[in-house]
Amino acid sequence: MVVTYGPGDRVRVVPAEKPGHVRTPSYLKGKSGWVEAVIGLFPNPEELAYGLSGRPEKNLYKVGFKQEDLWDDYEGQAEDVLYADVYEHWLEPGEGGTA
Amino acid sequence: MSDHHPHEEAATSPYAARIRAIEALLLEKGVITEPEVQDGISYMEARSPANGAKLVARAWVDDDFEELLLSDGKAAASALGMDPEHPAEFVVVKNTQRVHNLIVCTLCSCYPRAILGRPPDWYKSFEYRSRAVREPRAVMREFGFEPPEDVEVLVHDSTADVRYMVLPMRPSGTEDLGEEDLAALVSRDCLVGVSVPLAPDRPIPTDARG
Repeated sequence: MVVTYGPGDRVRVVPAEKPGHVRTPSYLKGKSGWVEAVIGLFPNPEELAYGLSGRPEKNLYKVGFKQEDLWDDYEGQAEDVLYADVYEHWLEPGEGGTA
Repeated sequence: MSDHHPHEEAATSPYAARIRAIEALLLEKGVITEPEVQDGISYMEARSPANGAKLVARAWVDDDFEELLLSDGKAAASALGMDPEHPAEFVVVKNTQRVHNLIVCTLCSCYPRAILGRPPDWYKSFEYRSRAVREPRAVMREFGFEPPEDVEVLVHDSTADVRYMVLPMRPSGTEDLGEEDLAALVSRDCLVGVSVPLAPDRPIPTDARG
């Protein structure tokens, strides 16, 4: 399977609502960050949860977000970062494009 | 209901009652067997934060092992005789003079159980899960630890198929300590990142909790 994003690429979490078992937290919906690392291929947990095979497997990425971009009133340093592991189908290219 | 589970006496919450009812039904219907339940309990009880402390102490005294721990956590655990088998990845993140790491699972309670066993109750609380991502520095302060202002705080939300553990910094003043004494300095809280190991002669913060 093709790895769509690489380390440093800007990405945005798709701001979609999806019922059922979802592994992308709401507070990241619509937020922009960067791919920190490509973790690998895993069976899609949103299908595994319902007894399906989860295949084809999905690419999982470690995505970094500046805390200041997530919370208006963030108390901390400008360099503070939040990392989350996000599946490919929850990502779209972000502004700034690929690295 | 049977009373053979050692941890059951303390489990009086509605959730515990519900779990016991589900367990009884699953046994009655033959979906699971009593030996399987016991195996599951044995699996969890064979794992504890002491495993994490051993990994950290070895990494502090052995640079090659530290490199292995950071590049392949499961291989490092296997090398010390632990059983790291679990469908999820096991990734260790390193604290330095410049960065401090904190682990949370906002969606549920993902935790490196194969290595550390059951997570503490506070790790599963709504309060920790919601605040650790939004105000990590305030949360750590309440645990009695405040990273210096010029240190970057990196929060890892274990949202998917990776379980994280923190490799804390070796405290100064521990140059004479052996591996076992070093491991004794590494609490479960240090492995989650809400605290840091202190040299033995340093006072423990009185407002630390958990």
